[in-house]
Amino acid sequence: MQHLRLRYALWSVYDFVAKTMTIAELEARKLHHDPTELVTRAVQPALWILIFGEVLAHAQAIPTGNLPYLDFMVPGILAQSVLFVAIFYGIAVIWERDLGILHKLLVSPAPRAALVLGKALSAGERGLVQCAIIYFLGLALGVRLNPNFFAILGVLLIAVLGAALFSTFSLIIACVVKTRERFMGIGQILTMPLFFASNAIYPIAIMPQWLKYVSEFNPLTYQVDALRSLMIEGSASVYGLGFDLAAMLVGTAILVVICAHLYPKTIN
Amino acid sequence: MMSLEARAVRHEESEPASVLETQSLTRRFGSLIAVDNFTVQVKGGEMFGLVGPNGAGKSTVIKMLTTLLPPSSGNASIAGYDILNHAPDVRRVIGYVPQLLSADGSLTGYENLLIFAKLYNLPRNERKERVQEALDFMGLAEVADNLAKTYSGGMIRRLEIAQSMLHRPKVLFLDEPTVGLDPIARTTVWEHIEKLRDNYGTTILLTTHYMEEADALCTRVAVMHLGKVVAIGTTTALKESVGPNATLNDVFVHYAGYELESGGSFRDVSRTRRVAQRLG
Repeated sequence: MQHLRLRYALWSVYDFVAKTMTIAELEARKLHHDPTELVTRAVQPALWILIFGEVLAHAQAIPTGNLPYLDFMVPGILAQSVLFVAIFYGIAVIWERDLGILHKLLVSPAPRAALVLGKALSAGERGLVQCAIIYFLGLALGVRLNPNFFAILGVLLIAVLGAALFSTFSLIIACVVKTRERFMGIGQILTMPLFFASNAIYPIAIMPQWLKYVSEFNPLTYQVDALRSLMIEGSASVYGLGFDLAAMLVGTAILVVICAHLYPKTIN
Repeated sequence: MMSLEARAVRHEESEPASVLETQSLTRRFGSLIAVDNFTVQVKGGEMFGLVGPNGAGKSTVIKMLTTLLPPSSGNASIAGYDILNHAPDVRRVIGYVPQLLSADGSLTGYENLLIFAKLYNLPRNERKERVQEALDFMGLAEVADNLAKTYSGGMIRRLEIAQSMLHRPKVLFLDEPTVGLDPIARTTVWEHIEKLRDNYGTTILLTTHYMEEADALCTRVAVMHLGKVVAIGTTTALKESVGPNATLNDVFVHYAGYELESGGSFRDVSRTRRVAQRLG
């Protein structure tokens, strides 16, 4: 009996991973058929770095310690561009509900959490492309990027995790509001506070006290902290890489569980 | 575990065995009773139709049986698994084609099937073969590598039916399988549904508001009106009960005391048109 239970548990884990990867594969195949979205998504981070970044670097208005301002903000812009991809991701579930694709997925034997996590990881696929763009821009502008293989691997991992976290958050909002119009409105409201109440383009140290408290509850802060320490030479993590990673993993897990619960309710 | 065995024994005793049984299945939305005490038994290999106008409660029945919507009261069992306590098992043994378009237009026909082969745990070494078989069966082999959004309405429906059949379900649910299709595409879809039942012995439960569709395909039908089953039986028996030369339309008017209109609510119309538009 014990033995059977263990085998069932192992099989469940395998099944969950396999189904998650299938959903991620589905999205990857769609991207492969129509990659135009990836190109247009490259524009915004480029503008932020080339215009906002260059201007503020010249103004020397923001104290970033031993890092040049551009070096400081490039990981922040990576986090931002991944956030922007992820935060509107939930609209996909509204779209699929309207089409009937969601109905068919929910009737399949795939665990609901796998449907959610697979979707979240597919936002990560787009996040990976953002990494490539930002690394390219960083190189071109002479940012001191850390060339260590494992550091780069770490950056990719954190970007995927960040995309998964915020896209799951976005899916939850979509499950709650249920219509495209309301969703777009809320997405707009959320992006800017998440972005500005973080260490993406200025250090937490220069924030007013109340905003410091807010930023500590903002997952983007930990994502940026991890990205910065891994991506830029001579930069150190403020909260510790382990804490950053744990905060994001726990955050994602909680959101996936909530979303898996709400997912089937979207269709009624 | 006990209840499962008990149910299996009961199945052996009753002749012939029902693959699908519902007991007083009821669904309320606020004060509206969308489905009221729905009780039917469907035998293995049967093609059973739920007929009635838009809003009669047909789709709500299907949503409850496919575990998408919990019933307010009552229960149902499919292939021995009840929908309340064994929903994951139910999902393994059923196939479902929603009324809305459920094939993914931005994937090819082949990919649409491959993804579902994986979601339904088809063994890795059988996947390609089964997908190919499904494509051949539905007459889609030649367009397998084209994006589904380039397909005609009838082809999309056939692709969706292929998707829902890959894992050889015991019961297949088709919700308004030919809504929005032109007459030729409709006939082709009908032929494929019949071929499916003949080749694989699949039990099929379909909903339709086209009486001629129910007449052409179904062995037995339940006529629904405002959430209630007002008549149930073989199409022949139902027609005879109304009078000589009666059609299913007459059956409906007789039992529901209601003239069939092409109307429906604004929501129904807009949904049907949207489906038709995407299919067009």
